Amino acid sequence: MTTILGYPLPAILGQLILGLVNGSFYAILSLGLAVIFGLLRIVNFAHGALYMVGAFVAHIILVNFGISYWFALIVAPVAVGILGVGIERAFLSRLRGLDPLYGLLLTFGLALIAEGLMQQKFGSSGMSYPVPALLQGVYNLGFMIIPIYRLWVVVVSISVCIATWLVIEKTSLGAILRAATENSQLTQAFGINVPVYLTATYAFGVGLAGLAGVLAAPITQVSPLMGSSLVVVVFAVVVIGGMGSIMGAIVSGIILGLLEGLTKVVYAEASTTVIFIIMAVVLLVRPVGLFGRE
Amino acid sequence: MKTLDFKASRWALALAAGLGVAFLGQAHAANDQVVIGDIDDMSAVYADVIGPTGVEAIKMAIADFGGTALGKPITLLTADHQNKPDIGASKYREWADQSGLTMLLGGSNTGVSLAMAKVAGEKKVPFFAVGAAGSSLTNADCTPYTVHYTYDTTSLANGTATAMVQGGGKKWFFLTADYAFGTQLQEAATKVVLKNGGTVVGSVRVPLGTTDFSSFLLQAQSSGADVIGLANAGTDFVNSLKSANEFGISKTMKPAALLAFLSDIHALTLPAAQGLTLTTGWYWDLNDTTRAFGKRFFEKTGRMPTMNQAGYYSSTLTYLNAVKAAGTTDPDKVMEALRAAKINDIFTTNGYIRKDGVMVHDMYVMQVKTPAESKAPWDYYKVVRKMDGEEAFGPLSDSTCQYAK
Repeated sequence: MTTILGYPLPAILGQLILGLVNGSFYAILSLGLAVIFGLLRIVNFAHGALYMVGAFVAHIILVNFGISYWFALIVAPVAVGILGVGIERAFLSRLRGLDPLYGLLLTFGLALIAEGLMQQKFGSSGMSYPVPALLQGVYNLGFMIIPIYRLWVVVVSISVCIATWLVIEKTSLGAILRAATENSQLTQAFGINVPVYLTATYAFGVGLAGLAGVLAAPITQVSPLMGSSLVVVVFAVVVIGGMGSIMGAIVSGIILGLLEGLTKVVYAEASTTVIFIIMAVVLLVRPVGLFGRE
Repeated sequence: MKTLDFKASRWALALAAGLGVAFLGQAHAANDQVVIGDIDDMSAVYADVIGPTGVEAIKMAIADFGGTALGKPITLLTADHQNKPDIGASKYREWADQSGLTMLLGGSNTGVSLAMAKVAGEKKVPFFAVGAAGSSLTNADCTPYTVHYTYDTTSLANGTATAMVQGGGKKWFFLTADYAFGTQLQEAATKVVLKNGGTVVGSVRVPLGTTDFSSFLLQAQSSGADVIGLANAGTDFVNSLKSANEFGISKTMKPAALLAFLSDIHALTLPAAQGLTLTTGWYWDLNDTTRAFGKRFFEKTGRMPTMNQAGYYSSTLTYLNAVKAAGTTDPDKVMEALRAAKINDIFTTNGYIRKDGVMVHDMYVMQVKTPAESKAPWDYYKVVRKMDGEEAFGPLSDSTCQYAK
């Protein structure tokens, strides 16, 4: 068997592929966070809870109305987006101009409330969500067996990430959003209704979390706490990538997923810690993050 | 101002003295008043195993006992240990010091229960470890006040691992929760595997609360083992088995559920869990008594009880009966009454508490039914084998507990 530094090659390849799957989740979640932070200066700690809500919406509409996974891919992000509009209008818009810490505390509180309510209603072990029939089955790659569904997740999230990046960096809509970030008063003077754009941005950011929730539903158990551990990791990813940097969020999400996979080959016990070690190092060496602007 | 300060501090002193007297009075009044505490994971990975629903089981036992003991109302305190040993131990200590605690029910998490057992020995407040699996509670870490009630790592391994090895699963790979519970369970199962002529080809330790098990399963798969021993519990178990199915690993390797609860099977659903071998201390569909209890519990909570929730009910009742027999809440006399008792209730027949703290009772090796075999909701297990208490928990002479000699 071929080995690299004493580790069997098939094991390394397998973990890299799984790392890519996890990295896609990190990318799509941290992208949402980065978009929200970049434009609203809100550290959205409710992101994990909204990801969970997305998964629950998919589960609930499947069980109660028989609405399939394919529709859930649209319905759940839209539902979470509408919820996001409510949150932004009712709470976050009042915090504009204050220290980001207030937004962090508020969204953290909202996350705890949402998780508590869901736990009261559904318990902690959660529910199973079936893999859609079209994506069932596995590919045998030789060195590992990979479920088709996981490959689908990689394809969807990378496409969504690239599309988002293009919209923000290359379109006039993106130009308005970027202008609003730089100087919202001046942008408003051009006759652009900045608050509406901000609300829409928040809705879009959390909609991405809702989409990630639907993508995750068939993989992990749909449970109230599914987002609580993830959100911390995703924040670390955003910090490493550079707060507010769109490309940084996407690239560092995927790279960290891969690194986490490699850690699992070398020393599995550290796999949950490695991202934070990297975060600490990045903060020491380059405090603005890998892709952040000084 | 000086005099005022002096006056104020005199008042404060007087108040403190008054409080002290009141406190002494309370401590005195607490004598022979039964105060039951429950410290458990109420909100995370293990919350469905006992959790808030388990509190209902305690309340049922208290109500069935009549609501009073030694002529005084029974008090119930509950707390969430959040799977942190220091929180569990400090809550236990606080209740023992300030609330007149006379008995503690320990919920899930061996790590927390090990910390709480130390408090039991120090504060002399009887401790019923119901949800924790680690056998060290009745071996190296035993105290004269610990009772290990529902099951332990030894009995789980004796049940499931023996059945799997005898069924042809000789080569094992362990996927182990990375704390005291997982390592003790793996150790106990390893012993059984080796004793029955099997081998262990590898293991991987996974942090508690991991959501993605696929990487670890991949390692299991490349090990070439026939059996993947899942030395984890709660949502960890559910998620790892789910991924094993997804990656087609359960087709090439047989999963062994070293600890699975009814709530886990319910969450997994039968198509995913069918055929699993597991060991349980109790199941609602064993006989008329267990079915009647299951039905009552279901009416209150909307769920069938897990073995630990039944264990909560039974241990509360067992303790209250011992208080009644002893005529006092004095810990030493109650422990004496507990060791003299034969336990016959919804949980077991002729169960007894050994010197090392093990509650010896029958255990059941079960197989999870196929969807076709299951006739009703929560109809999940069929009995493969009943192990009597001595076989399941091993002889007292094997115990390394210093109080068992």
